[in-house]
Amino acid sequence: MTEITHTMTRYLLSLLLCLFAVPAFAALDPALVRQLADEDSDIKIAAIQQFGASADPEAGRLLKAMADDELLVGDDTVFRFDGEQARDAASGALIEPVPEAYESITVNNRIRAALSNALAALKLFDADRGVRLTAAKELQSNAGLEVAPILARAMDKESDSEIQALLRQAHALANLGNPDAAARLAAVDVLSDSASAATRGLLLPLLETANEPDATVRAAAAQAVKEIESRLAIGETLAKMFTGISLGSILLLAALGLAITYGVMGVINMAHGELLMVGAYATFFVQTLFRAWLPDYLDWYLLAAVPVAFFAAALVGMLLERTVIRRLYGRPLETLLATWGLSLVLIQAARVLFGAQNVEVANPVWMSGGVEIMAGLVLPWNRIVIVGFTLFVLALMWVLMQKTRLGLFVRAVTQNRPMAGCVGVPTGRVDTLAFGLGAGIAGLGGVALSQITNVGPDMGQGYIVDSFLVVVLGGVGQLAGAVWAALGLGIVTKFLEGWWGAVIAKIVVLVIVIIFIQKRPQGLFALKGRFVEN
Amino acid sequence: MHRRNFIKAATLSVALAAAGLTSLSALAADTIKVGILHSLSGTMAISETALKETALMTIDEINKSGGVMGKKLEAVVVDPASNWPLFAEKSRQLLSKDKVDVVFGCWTSVSRKSVLPVFKELNGLLFYPVQYEGEELEKNVFYTGAAPNQQAIPAVEYLMSKDGGSAKRWVLLGTDYVYPRTTNKILRAFLKSKGVADADIMEEYTPFGHSDYQTIIAKIKKFAGEGKKTAVVSTINGDSNVPFYKELGNAGLKASDVPVVAFSVGEEELRGVDTKPLQGHLAAWNYFQSIKNPENAKFIKMYRDWAKKNKLPNADTVVTNDPMEATYIGIHMWKQAVEKAKSTDVDKVIAAMAGQTFKAPSGFVAKMDEKNHHLHKPVFIGEVKSDGQFNVVWKTKGPVRAAPWSPYIPGNDKKKDVPDSK
Repeated sequence: MTEITHTMTRYLLSLLLCLFAVPAFAALDPALVRQLADEDSDIKIAAIQQFGASADPEAGRLLKAMADDELLVGDDTVFRFDGEQARDAASGALIEPVPEAYESITVNNRIRAALSNALAALKLFDADRGVRLTAAKELQSNAGLEVAPILARAMDKESDSEIQALLRQAHALANLGNPDAAARLAAVDVLSDSASAATRGLLLPLLETANEPDATVRAAAAQAVKEIESRLAIGETLAKMFTGISLGSILLLAALGLAITYGVMGVINMAHGELLMVGAYATFFVQTLFRAWLPDYLDWYLLAAVPVAFFAAALVGMLLERTVIRRLYGRPLETLLATWGLSLVLIQAARVLFGAQNVEVANPVWMSGGVEIMAGLVLPWNRIVIVGFTLFVLALMWVLMQKTRLGLFVRAVTQNRPMAGCVGVPTGRVDTLAFGLGAGIAGLGGVALSQITNVGPDMGQGYIVDSFLVVVLGGVGQLAGAVWAALGLGIVTKFLEGWWGAVIAKIVVLVIVIIFIQKRPQGLFALKGRFVEN
Repeated sequence: MHRRNFIKAATLSVALAAAGLTSLSALAADTIKVGILHSLSGTMAISETALKETALMTIDEINKSGGVMGKKLEAVVVDPASNWPLFAEKSRQLLSKDKVDVVFGCWTSVSRKSVLPVFKELNGLLFYPVQYEGEELEKNVFYTGAAPNQQAIPAVEYLMSKDGGSAKRWVLLGTDYVYPRTTNKILRAFLKSKGVADADIMEEYTPFGHSDYQTIIAKIKKFAGEGKKTAVVSTINGDSNVPFYKELGNAGLKASDVPVVAFSVGEEELRGVDTKPLQGHLAAWNYFQSIKNPENAKFIKMYRDWAKKNKLPNADTVVTNDPMEATYIGIHMWKQAVEKAKSTDVDKVIAAMAGQTFKAPSGFVAKMDEKNHHLHKPVFIGEVKSDGQFNVVWKTKGPVRAAPWSPYIPGNDKKKDVPDSK
């Protein structure tokens, strides 16, 4: 009884509101707008779907506001703020005074999905091809039966073949829930051409009698699932390979600097992880500068961070070498202890300068999201960029070590220090520069790490063991060895993780490495040639 | 003459010094010592530093309003450095050397287990402010965080409901240690009681500090693509959450397809993440910063002012979260209990704690249970918004009584709901 009177007053109110509506606004049905703020999600969703089917641009604006949490409800009125003023969501009329108590309309996942469907449906008739394309893509994952008629209409009007194909898919998806068996069969038929895991997921329930009474549809669905699965299989294997390569590239970036300081110079540098941290904090610092001074170019801060991180880490590295490490050459145990102490000093310094909490380093827009190479193979941009960056750093190092005078000196000094000194190589300065180079490369690794993991004072600790693993496995003194070791470790770890989970995979990898080192202490590649061993 | 003057002066100064000393010691007797045992360095510093600040802020607030029974509180802060054995050592120092009357501290379950024997032996008093796995009830501890039935179970029930997406398949994902393992044991039993088959539950663990979640996300994607609505329950702890959520966003797993509900992710943990792709993923707590009521507004303002006054790092962006609220409630309840018992004696305070109430920033009156040393707390489920705050989408009608012995673990029905008295 009260329910009815309530609805009646609601309608009366809406009628009144319609009368006073500001003509500039194409008014929406106020009762329907009020429904958006209902307590019951089902009622909310019914209203959203009606708006979605209305093809009214004003409805689109309203739903957008709701999705952005801008719709508020107070005094039984749905409104939103236009600057300081409150405007009725249905009519656009000013509300004076602004209701004292109000809250935003709760939008949970279910409602958000309905909203994005409705918004996409409204955009299907947009004049801009790009807008229509995104809308059609949006409807690929969870189009319900209620959008089917709109999709049918859109298909009739659509001239672009790419969008047309997407719409056909979406229309078929929506029709999977159609009570008419013939419509479902047609839908399954269309979907058997698909190559997406999501579609397969939607077809799978149709294999069971409980969900699908019609035997022909069941058979067609089983056939379709088989076809889709064969298309997905290649993509999944390639995806696994890629995750392995990506982990390998990160291991390599973390270990490359160490390959110089430990591999070539023989310094057991326990503070290596902290040099990665310096690089990551340098990235954070550059980001902060860009935020403050060049907000328009914020997306490109990472490019500027690359040289800054290199020189910051190199400077810290050279400072460590000049003050501490050079006094300890040839005394590995003391070096180990001293660099361990230095690592603690650096961690505390970071804590004092930047706080104990992790700092936020944002992915630039061009590194967010992923690209779908083929069915079942989505490659995240940040991983692709990091693999590319690793190649760049590797090339840079190769050129430095093989083609420059400094590289020649470094190789000469590590092969035979007294002889190099005799022919006039300033061994002291070369040591400092080589250590700086290793540290700088570690700084570059820090830039890459800042994009995929936490930037905090302790971040380096997690990479020190992995870095030593790569260098020792690859063969001390060998850059090529480090490359193969990192890639091998990455791919093996990823395949093991797929079978046994991350915890067991970590253990198995360590056991494999221990056995390998016992059988072949010199690592994958051993240095050949005449050396002066002391 | 000179000598006499000198002796006079010396006597005078000694007398003065003595007087000063007595007045000093008198002053010392006028304060009540309170221990704060949170990691300020090491891996847990990220979460626990904020709790130390909250405790100091609350003590400052109490002192400004006259202290406890006319005495000022004096905080003794120690740093157990995320090192579990060091927790035991530092708590022994607090109890027997500094002679504190109460300790507020610990975050991880393993640190709590480490200090327990010390508190039992020396009959100390510990307030533990973090949600945990239950399966424990000690006379010397008051638990102001949530037990599983105040967080985990309601969250899973919500995901099973229509509004939560009617999930039928479950991924239980966690860090490899006691809290996630026990919680997932409880959840598995609970899901089975609701008719979920073993084949529809996937359990995965990662080491502490794990940062490469590619494989796990790929596995979840595959598991979710098998025809039934899937939800992920995450008990990942600490800063591993940042790479996990980053990967989730990049892999394009949207909350409307596969919702992730987390039990150890709050406002503080999301500060380092771009939350735009994470919109709609969930967390279950007994408090969110976004809850609107006068107590919470006061609490948030107090913490912001505290951060500014003490020049905390990033003071302009500090947030409040559930364990901070639990710390705040704990200290106030202890104050009330001391005033009721008219003594700081541990046994008297424990007796006086029963039935204490406090108007909490969550907007509800939190009550200390008469028997089981846990708080009655409301449960909230929030969805991540684009600004890193949570939008409450579900809440209990009122506070829920804690059940530290989960009925979903066999044998627990025989356990008593009261701590053994010795």
